[in-house]
Amino acid sequence: MSKNLHSVTLDSEKCKGCINCIKRCPTQAIRVRNGKASIIDERCIDCGECIRVCRNHAKLPIYDPLSTLDKYKYKVALPAPALYGQFNYLDNIDIVLNALLSFGFDDVFEVAKAAEIVSDRTRTIMEEDKALPHPLISSACPAVVRLIRVRFPELLSHLLPLNAPIELAARMALARVQAARPDLSREEIGIIFISPCAAKVTATRNPLSTERSEVDAVFAIKDIYPHLLSFMKTIALTGDEDIPEVQGAGRMGISWCGSGGESTALLSENYLAADGIENVIKVLEDLEDERLLELDFIELNACVAGCVGGILTVENPYVANTRIKKLRRFMPISLNHFTEAERGKIGWETPVRFDPVLKLSSDYSEALEKMQRLKEILDGLPGLDCGSCGAPTCATLAEDVVRGGAKESDCIFKLRDYVRGLVSDMNRLEGFIPPPFRAPDEPEPGQC
Amino acid sequence: MPKNLKLHYDISGEDYTRAGEASAQLKQVLRQLGLSSSIIRRVSIAMYEGEINMVIHANGGTIDVEIDSACVSLILKDTGPGISEIDLAMKEGYSTASESVRSMGFGAGMGLPNMRKHSDYMKIDSTPGVGTTVYMKIALGEE
Ligand SMILES: Nc1ncnc2c1ncn2[C@@H]1O[C@H](COP(=O)(O)OP(=O)(O)OP(=O)(O)O)[C@@H](O)[C@H]1O
Ligand code: SF4
Ligand SMILES: [Mg+2]
Repeated sequence: MSKNLHSVTLDSEKCKGCINCIKRCPTQAIRVRNGKASIIDERCIDCGECIRVCRNHAKLPIYDPLSTLDKYKYKVALPAPALYGQFNYLDNIDIVLNALLSFGFDDVFEVAKAAEIVSDRTRTIMEEDKALPHPLISSACPAVVRLIRVRFPELLSHLLPLNAPIELAARMALARVQAARPDLSREEIGIIFISPCAAKVTATRNPLSTERSEVDAVFAIKDIYPHLLSFMKTIALTGDEDIPEVQGAGRMGISWCGSGGESTALLSENYLAADGIENVIKVLEDLEDERLLELDFIELNACVAGCVGGILTVENPYVANTRIKKLRRFMPISLNHFTEAERGKIGWETPVRFDPVLKLSSDYSEALEKMQRLKEILDGLPGLDCGSCGAPTCATLAEDVVRGGAKESDCIFKLRDYVRGLVSDMNRLEGFIPPPFRAPDEPEPGQC
Repeated sequence: MPKNLKLHYDISGEDYTRAGEASAQLKQVLRQLGLSSSIIRRVSIAMYEGEINMVIHANGGTIDVEIDSACVSLILKDTGPGISEIDLAMKEGYSTASESVRSMGFGAGMGLPNMRKHSDYMKIDSTPGVGTTVYMKIALGEE
């Protein structure tokens, strides 16, 4: 798979080349070129901010259409817990899970179930593995992992080296199907994630901490939502006793969909949970400067309020979180007491490595020279960060110039200065028209 | 031989909430230069502590950074109250921070010791009533 595959695409018809998205991108990964926004692949972390901010709906998340279901003989749904927060008046998770079965899935495996196992393992690691750096940073939000990879290399070692619940869920679900139906080939089985977020699409198609993801397709919560609604109405009418029990997770797993959920499952008070990409960056900056070292765990979610705020959801994230709180009220703390053998592979298989995309050159003295030029160019720019050049800030334009991707005259103020210079040159030149071409009444230059 | 890179930062003593911005900006530059994580960390912690001290104890000042092929040099200059007993100030845990400063999480008396720990060379010139200048150098090693 390609190294820089992302979950955001551009509808060029709709893109008006405004500067909303370039301003919002936390890694300065977007430029406007030839009137259209374009993403610098290596810098994109899939946080979805550009999709959220685009008023023309020109930035689109990539995921699979519901029709993908037909490709598989045996289909397993992996619903993210954020799904449960989307429905009003829902008081029994089994209603949603059964609706997934009615929709056409053959089996359901809750991501929340795997989340409980990840929490369980995290608790053990924090108690036993004293060699791990302190504090640990959650690795469940793929946008955060990618952000750390490009911007905070010194914090890579703090990442919890466990696969995210979705990956664990996929493996466990697959193992369950393969045990029950040995007649099916891998290709006939479809492990399908019902996702709140686009970053997780990239994480399954182009995973960082494992060679291959077992997730075969990703559906958006907002796509499947209306279909589930209609099935849910029918199921709800059956009466609770007659609804088949499918639910496989307790409070702990379900709470993972909101900011702070993963932390509370660690049964320690000594944590910090930050949500929203800008807050996440602030926390990482602090951590990088050796502040916050007294904490045991840091939970970071790129989306405001946590995964319930993912771009593929329907409901306002705060409303969704309140619903989840009500839903979980009478639920057991956890439903997962697995033996070691039942658990899928949980640790990272490949380490997540630093990706030095911000470096100006791989040669230090060349980088120093470029930085010198960058500074000179920047000193000459107006410092308005107006975005008219297609770069988010004057500093980014200066950086693009030294990297060779832009010209100083892309700055409209610089351009104006050039044009003014040209105009005065033209005027001066005009005075030097040779005598044969001069108008009869025009005096020689210098004469009155 | 490339020219040395010189950067200048004015540190305002008016606004506590902006303390630390200059070190964050320098960090960005060091990252773009591709310096190793451990160097970046050392430089930014050393500068951060110095910057905070200037804001908290000396009402702001200036920071001049010079980067060449061998090291990062920092000069932090202020016209604050000065430090009368430098040896004492350098002791871990020594602080004259006021209660209100402490309530913001500063005043553990760890700033100067941290600066010494993270720099390869450090010197303080200070005259009470005139001001303080802190010189630090961090060598780049194999960079
Ligand atoms: N630039 C300065 N001007 C005047 N006094 C200073 C300056 N820098 C440090 N000091 C003095 O030295 C003392 C020790 O400084 P240090 O940075 O080690 O601790 P602190 O600033 O009090 O607390 P912390 O840095 O842990 O938040 C300060 O309390 C202050 O009295
Ligand atoms: S917070 Fe959750 S929904 Fe948002 S990007 Fe991260 S994993 Fe996806
Ligand atoms: Mg201090």
